[in-house]
Amino acid sequence: MPEALRRNDKSTEEVALGIRRRVFEHAMRNNGGYLSQACSAAEQLAWLYNEELTLGAPTLPMIPKPFGGVPSADNPDYHTGAGYNGPAAPEFDRLFIAPAHYALVAYATLIEVGRMAPEGLEMFNKDGSSVEMIGAEHSPGMEVHNGTLGIGFSTAAGLAWGRKRRGEPGRTWVYMSDGEVQEGQTWEAIAAAAHHRIDNLYAIMDVNRQQCDGAMGSVMEVGDIGAKIEQFGGVAVWVDGHNLDQMREAVKTPHRGKPLIILANSSPFRGMPTLQLRFPRLHYVRFKSEHERAQMNRDIAKSLGVPQVDYGQTEGK
Amino acid sequence: MVEMVSRPYERAFEKHALANPDVLCLSADLTSSCEIDKFRDNHPDQFLSLGMAEQNMMSFAGGLGLAGFRPFIHTFGVFLYRRPYDQLMASVAYPRRKVRLMGFLPGITTPGGMTHQAIEDISVMRSIPNMTVLETGDATEVESICEAADSIDGPVYCRVLRGSVPRLFDTPIEVGKMRELALGEDVLIVTSGITTEEALRARAALEGAGVSVRHLHLNTIKPFDAAAMLDHIASVRHGVVTLENHVTEGGIGSLLAEIMADHGVGKRLVRLGLKDTYAHGGSRSYLMKHYGLDATALVAGVERLMGADFGIAEADLTATRIEAVHSTVKAEGL
Repeated sequence: MPEALRRNDKSTEEVALGIRRRVFEHAMRNNGGYLSQACSAAEQLAWLYNEELTLGAPTLPMIPKPFGGVPSADNPDYHTGAGYNGPAAPEFDRLFIAPAHYALVAYATLIEVGRMAPEGLEMFNKDGSSVEMIGAEHSPGMEVHNGTLGIGFSTAAGLAWGRKRRGEPGRTWVYMSDGEVQEGQTWEAIAAAAHHRIDNLYAIMDVNRQQCDGAMGSVMEVGDIGAKIEQFGGVAVWVDGHNLDQMREAVKTPHRGKPLIILANSSPFRGMPTLQLRFPRLHYVRFKSEHERAQMNRDIAKSLGVPQVDYGQTEGK
Repeated sequence: MVEMVSRPYERAFEKHALANPDVLCLSADLTSSCEIDKFRDNHPDQFLSLGMAEQNMMSFAGGLGLAGFRPFIHTFGVFLYRRPYDQLMASVAYPRRKVRLMGFLPGITTPGGMTHQAIEDISVMRSIPNMTVLETGDATEVESICEAADSIDGPVYCRVLRGSVPRLFDTPIEVGKMRELALGEDVLIVTSGITTEEALRARAALEGAGVSVRHLHLNTIKPFDAAAMLDHIASVRHGVVTLENHVTEGGIGSLLAEIMADHGVGKRLVRLGLKDTYAHGGSRSYLMKHYGLDATALVAGVERLMGADFGIAEADLTATRIEAVHSTVKAEGL
């Protein structure tokens, strides 16, 4: 049995800042990226990986292997990217990143907590790489496909039920996004988890109120997510998605016989206030001009306390 | 007279599940309709009711598979792929979870009309990578479907017959092995599911008209080994007729067409089944006659293939079984 990975020496605040910096640098060099997700999710993912989750040491190489083929009877060596979260041993927690579009942020988290080498992020969205843009099963830190939103909590509920039946002490966690509550499956899953008293199931939902088309209120209003979760049989706790102490307290909420869903109110600009200029199109920020790119580079670098990124802008432009 | 077996699935599933503790019984509000109500009552620890919520059920089953269980999902065939298709792909088929999709009421075996009739399920399931597709054609195959399905290292979709089911065979399903029911030399008839019984009805009349029939019954539709089929096709003079309880696109008719085209077989193929049409609600015998899925249609198909008119009348065919729409072996007419 591999020993649980000793937590790295960074504070969770430092991990969160590191996530934003890595995603920023990546987005600058690639003329765009999932910047707002790093802003809203950084503390939540940092808290999960640096504090809350009980995970074993990674079982896969620090530098990710190239894409190794899809699951098939002819591909006996296939494996998922779950090994970056450690082995699937009974005592360890499991984590699904339900909005697979957060993959860039999740990869940055793995690097910050010492589970993947920084070189891994250089492979992001490169042909033949396993470090895919929309996290796939084989991508670092992923265990199931969640690219179609709304299916993660269901899968986790099934896994959690099975683990409970087998007497495994490890919990099953889901990182969720608020846009997923527009999918009916989310509500089916909460009802099913409550009906079957699946209380080793935990989620933290990034309530940043943004989705692909823009602000959720303009795309399709979803109402009071917390009240709806409670009505469907779950336990919901609201926290400030950037306040670590509130998350630390929220996870202690009693939820016997019910799944616990922490609703993390977050800002899609947190740490990069200049992103507000791009509202409401924040899902994937691609810079519209060299001027905007330079401005974002200057402003965000300053906000994050890092040097501006050299993305080739000084080469004879 | 053919032996009729009442509710063969009910006993077969219970026997298999009790011998395999990692088998779980999942249901989506069609528990008695899928003959697992007694199992629910007698073995509640192995039964999960997931409500009328197939999308969640499919991903949930994927999670159970990830935890090492082998869930048997019970519902009508249509509800296993039409509504939860995305979940079927992402949570079950792609990761090769050992989820056993038990699809009841295949094709027109339900008076429930379009919403209940799985008429393109084989086409859909055949095109899904990693999926195995099995179909039961009699009581013996229903009795052996759980064991056959559970032997598959990956997901499997099964067309399951329920209620009062005729016993046509005396050996269980062997996955990948077709049944050679006749080895004549004029025409090859390929059937699966309930159409095999229709072919058996037609055969005597065809033989009486001097047609030497070769008849194969398929219970394994995917994966499919073409080699044995090619030998059979080579053994007949005129060509092949397929009859399926399914649209003629993507099912066993297409399977034969693919095999023949892939190997340059220059023989004719007549594909019988639903011809680019939905069906509507009605009794099985009415629907089979109305949509050309019965023995009469098969005789006409053989005539077309051979360019002959055998003068076979309805009365010449072996008597059909008359089934009550509502009977004691079914909870509901559906």
